[in-house]
Amino acid sequence: MFGYVTRRLLTAIPTLFLIVTGAFFLIRVAPGGPFNLERPLEAKVMENLNRIYHLDKPLWEQYLYYLGNLALGDFGPSFVYRDFSVAELFASGLPVSIQIGAGALVLALVAGTLLGIASALRQNRPTDYGIVGLATLGITIPTFVIAPLLSLVFGVWLGWLPAGGWGDGAWSYKVLPIVTLALPQIAVVTRLTRGAMIEAMRSHHIRTARAYGLKPWTVVVVHALRSAILPVVSYAGPAAAALLTGSVVVETIFGIPGVGRYFVQAALNRDYTLVMGTVIVIAIFIIVFNLVVDLLYALIDPRVRLG
Amino acid sequence: MTAVVQPRPVEGRSLWQDGLARLRRNRAAMASLVFLVLMALACLAGPYLTGHAYDQVYRSYVKVGPSLSPYPKAEAIAPAALDALKRARVDVGEPVEIVGESVRIPVSSSRELDPRIVRYVDRVDIFSGARLEEIAADGRSGVIVADIERFTFLFGTDATGRDLLTRTLIAGRISLTIGLLATVVAILIGVTYGAVSGYLGGRVDLVMMRVVDILYSLPFIFFVILLVVFFGRNFVLMFIAVGAVEWLDMARIVRGQTLSLKRQEFIQAAEALGVENVGILRRHIIPNLTGPVVIYMTLLVPRVILLESFLSFLGLGVQEPMTSWGVLISEGARDIEGNPTMLLFPAIFLTTTLFALNFIGDGLRDALDPKDR
Repeated sequence: MFGYVTRRLLTAIPTLFLIVTGAFFLIRVAPGGPFNLERPLEAKVMENLNRIYHLDKPLWEQYLYYLGNLALGDFGPSFVYRDFSVAELFASGLPVSIQIGAGALVLALVAGTLLGIASALRQNRPTDYGIVGLATLGITIPTFVIAPLLSLVFGVWLGWLPAGGWGDGAWSYKVLPIVTLALPQIAVVTRLTRGAMIEAMRSHHIRTARAYGLKPWTVVVVHALRSAILPVVSYAGPAAAALLTGSVVVETIFGIPGVGRYFVQAALNRDYTLVMGTVIVIAIFIIVFNLVVDLLYALIDPRVRLG
Repeated sequence: MTAVVQPRPVEGRSLWQDGLARLRRNRAAMASLVFLVLMALACLAGPYLTGHAYDQVYRSYVKVGPSLSPYPKAEAIAPAALDALKRARVDVGEPVEIVGESVRIPVSSSRELDPRIVRYVDRVDIFSGARLEEIAADGRSGVIVADIERFTFLFGTDATGRDLLTRTLIAGRISLTIGLLATVVAILIGVTYGAVSGYLGGRVDLVMMRVVDILYSLPFIFFVILLVVFFGRNFVLMFIAVGAVEWLDMARIVRGQTLSLKRQEFIQAAEALGVENVGILRRHIIPNLTGPVVIYMTLLVPRVILLESFLSFLGLGVQEPMTSWGVLISEGARDIEGNPTMLLFPAIFLTTTLFALNFIGDGLRDALDPKDR
């Protein structure tokens, strides 16, 4: 187990290296630079800026320089958010995004699984149709429609919750963003659970369990859910990585100081270091959560062997 | 001697006939199909029937609400006339009369009336064909008569005074086109890549799938932004490019299917007969992939439409005065407190379309999935 985790983390290093390399050259191929503003800077100023940020060197030299710094854990300064290093931006933004994302993830898993089970146990009955219809709706309504609507209804019309802002992390400010982020995920988890649950309830070991006269609750929760939860687990890995690294839409609409906004802003402004930092952080989250998924898989399904 | 009754040959049903029959029985999917066809027709023909051009700006009707009765409202006419003549430096007498479909505005001035002042009235969208009549002998007073133009804005107008219904329909055209275009590109690349990778197998497969893995782990939005940067804001090129990014899932699905297909006897037979690799791929592998590809396609179209809306929401998508559902939604979201209908109408159009597409996709999957029989 420990050896397996170490091995997986070690093999992640070459993957990360490839991602860093790919992203570095891709963003550099894009025309424009961080200091190409609407009003061009003076040639001398531009030259100085380029020298300070090492942009005047050949590309491969910049690449090696960046890799060298990265190896020392230095993500470099942000080009556009002056006075901030990329690490500082993440230190302030990432906890915020993680709080929102984790809330949404937990909500999605709990609500989605419960709805999915309820729907599967009443297959082809009104409850089932209702839940499936709602789930399809949840998948189809985009976040950027849900977010302003929720903000309007609960923030402006009813006045129950703040319509936006962060309020230094007071819980009331987190409710709407978490719900917005969670709704589409609830829908997906519901559908996955429902499908897997229906299949599980038809399988032989459930029939056996029933024949033994186990209580329905035990049959469903202990025996059926165990196999039905597997697709949810493999979905939840990448979803967790995406949720925890912030959502640009939710953070923009509710005005939350997370890291989700950085990526789009940075790529548009050619904030090279911030783009690279975001790519690396997202990649690390994906790698870690894929590993977690594999470990959970082995834990839930005894047929799966780590190796 | 009795005639030997020949048993009637059993008529086989192909997977497709079977699937089609099952799809027909699926009421939700059929209703969705009908809805989608209607939506496409509305988006194609609708803009010609609304009586407004999608980029026609009505300055007098900025952000008016949706209404079945035509604008202007009766009580708005007189103030609009007074407002229009404010800059004409004439005294407007009371009352401003509305006679049938025209308005009569008595005006007087200390100097002789210049007939050109009617232009001030014409400039307002509410009035047209303004003329100076009943000029007094000294030329210092008269009546401006103008026809009242009636406009119907079923969905109201947007923040610059353009008809929202026309814009929503035009937007639907763009969104649907983009969805189809990008999906076709994604399918073409994905099927070719996946089939080649799966069929050739071995080291080629390993390298090709590693490439897919790496592309997978790069954040998707990163690509899209790069594409926007490269292709400028030309949406056709861009969505060919988005299709070129969306093929990854397709390639994986197709590869998996190909792997299981190529071990089957008819492929071995073709190989034994000496058919070239390209021939086997084109004639045997790809036709057998149609089922999963069609299912994936119907699910990809809504995803691409959603993606386009998302990009437009970020301001990276379709540019003014062209529009798409995403653009309209983001405009509506910006002004949601003042005029929620600007968000609601495009959102309803987008959501119902996506809803229908999803139902069709699910229906197709149920119909073509042999496991479900």
